[in-house]
Amino acid sequence: MIDAVGVRKGFKGRPVLRGVDIIVEEGETLAIIGGSGCGKSTFLKCVIGLQRPDEGSITVDGADITTLKEESDIAHYRRRFGYLFQEAALFDSLPVWENVTFGLKYLTDIPRSRYRKIAADKLALVGLKDIEDMRPAELSGGMKKRVALARAIAAEPSYILYDEPTTGLDPIMSDVINDLIIDLQKKLKVTSIVVTHDMRSAYKIASRMAMLHEGKVLQVAHPEVMKISTNPYVRQFVDGLSEGPIKMRLKEYELPEDEERS
Amino acid sequence: MIVGLAGTWGFWLIEVCESVGQFALMIKSALGWILRSRVEWRQVLIQMQRIGVESFPVVTMTTLFTGMVLALQTGASSNALLNEPFFVGTVVGFSMVMELAPVMSALVVSGRAGAAIAAELGTMRVTDQIDALYTLGTDPVRYLVIPRVLAFMVMLPILKIMADFTGIFGGWAIAYFKLGIPTNTYWHDIFDYMDVDNFMHGFLKSFVFAFAIAFICCFKGINTTGGAEGVGKSTTAAVVMSMTAVLVLDYFVTAILVAFGIT
Ligand SMILES: Nc1ncnc2c1ncn2[C@@H]1O[C@H](COP(=O)(O)OP(=O)(O)OP(=O)(O)O)[C@@H](O)[C@H]1O
Ligand SMILES: [Mg+2]
Repeated sequence: MIDAVGVRKGFKGRPVLRGVDIIVEEGETLAIIGGSGCGKSTFLKCVIGLQRPDEGSITVDGADITTLKEESDIAHYRRRFGYLFQEAALFDSLPVWENVTFGLKYLTDIPRSRYRKIAADKLALVGLKDIEDMRPAELSGGMKKRVALARAIAAEPSYILYDEPTTGLDPIMSDVINDLIIDLQKKLKVTSIVVTHDMRSAYKIASRMAMLHEGKVLQVAHPEVMKISTNPYVRQFVDGLSEGPIKMRLKEYELPEDEERS
Repeated sequence: MIVGLAGTWGFWLIEVCESVGQFALMIKSALGWILRSRVEWRQVLIQMQRIGVESFPVVTMTTLFTGMVLALQTGASSNALLNEPFFVGTVVGFSMVMELAPVMSALVVSGRAGAAIAAELGTMRVTDQIDALYTLGTDPVRYLVIPRVLAFMVMLPILKIMADFTGIFGGWAIAYFKLGIPTNTYWHDIFDYMDVDNFMHGFLKSFVFAFAIAFICCFKGINTTGGAEGVGKSTTAAVVMSMTAVLVLDYFVTAILVAFGIT
C-alpha cells in the first residue's frame, strides 16, 4: 500500500504540490490525471524518493521514505519499485538488451547467462523483437518508451510507477500496453500508479482515478464515476474541452498586419 | 541595497558551502563502496581505456615538445654564459620527472578526459539517466564515479611515467642533434644526480591530481542542471576547476613532500 499524506513540494519557492493526499491500495491501479505541469511527475518522483517532499509523508509497506536517511535504507525502499520515466531515460551507452536487464544484477540473483533470454522475453511483452543489439539512439520515440517499460518490469517489482506509458504510441500499441498493465496487475498482483493524459487508457486500466489540479487532488473515484463527474474541473478535463473553469492563459491568435491587408 | 547585496552574497555563500558538503559526501560514499569492495571492474576497464589509452597520443605530443623546449633553452642559456651547453640532461630530467610530467599530463588529461566525463555525466543527469540508476538498484557513485576515479588513479601515473620518457627523449633529441651533446653525457647528466625520491616526488603528485580531477569532473557532471546549456556550463566549470586545482594542489603537495624530505 502506498499512503501519501499532505505532500508538499516546491521548486525555488514556487509551490507545485500543495498538500497531496493519495492512498493506493494493495493490488490496485490508480491513474493520476491532470493538466500539463501540475506536478504529476514530481509526485511520482517523491514516491520513489528521487525528490524529497518539503512536507508530508509517503509510506510504503510501513516505511516512510521522507524520514529515511541512510543510503542503504533508501536503496532498500526503492527495491520494490519499477519506474517508467516520462522521457524513457535509457542508458545510451548500452545496447537495448543490457538496458532491459540492467537492474537484474542489483535487484535479483538471476545468473548473468539468462539475461539475454529475459531481455528478449520482456521486449516481446511490449511488442518489440530483434532489437536487442541496437543502441537507444537508433530507436524511435515510441520504441524507446517501450524498451523503458520492459526495463521497469524486468525485475518483477511489486510496485510500478508509470509516467505516461502510452504517450507517443499508436492507438493499437497503446492498447497492447494497456493490456500489459492490466495483466501485470492481475497475474502478479502489482500495485501501480499510472500518470496519463490518455483518457481511454485511464478508463480501461484504472481501478480508481485521481485528478490533480493546482497541486491538490480534486477528486478520486472509480473511472465510471469520473466519466459522469459533476465537478466542473474534472468534467472539463475528462471531456478535453478548452472552454471551462480551467483557464489556459492563451492569447488569441492575431494575423500579422500585412497579411490582414491583402 | 546593502541588505540586498548581503542577501545575494549570503545565498551564494550558502550555495558554496552546500556544494562543498555534497562534494565531501560524494567522496565519503565512494570510499565506502570501495572499502566494501563493491567495485564494477568491467566499468573500470572501460574507463581506463577511455581515460588513459586514448589520452596517450596528446600527452606524448605535449611532453615531447616540452622536453625539447627545455633542452633548447637550457642549452642556449648555458652557451651564452659559459660558451658550452652544460647540464642540459640534468635540467630536462629533473624538471620533467618532478614537475612538468605530472603537471602537464594532469592538465592535458583534465582537458581531454575530464571534460568528457563532465559532459557525459551531465547529459545523463539532464536526461534522467542518473535517476534511472537509482530506480534500478544502484547509484551513480558506485556505477559511474568509482570506475572513473579508479581509472584515473591508475592511468594518470602511468601516463606520467610515459611523459617522463617522452620529455627526456625530446630533450635528448635537441641535445644530440642541435647542441651536439653526446648521448652518454646527456644520460650521465640525468642519472648521476637523480634518485628514487626524485621520481617518487613526481609520481605521488600524479595520484593526488588524478583523485582531484576525477572527483571534480564527476561531481560537476552529476550535479548539472538546466538542459544542454547546463551541460556546457558544467563541462567548462569542471575543466576550469580541475586545472586550477592541479596547479594549486601542486604547490601544497610539493610543500608536503619537501617537508617529508621526498625531493
Ligand atoms: N527539477 C526541477 N526544477 C525546477 N522546477 C521543476 C523541476 N521539476 C519540475 N519542475 C516544475 O514543477 C512543475 C511540475 O512539473 P512536472 O514535471 O511534475 O509536471 P507534470 O504534471 O508531470 O507535467 P506533464 O504532464 O507535462 O508531464 C512544472 O511547473 C515544472 O516547471
Ligand atoms: Mg510529467
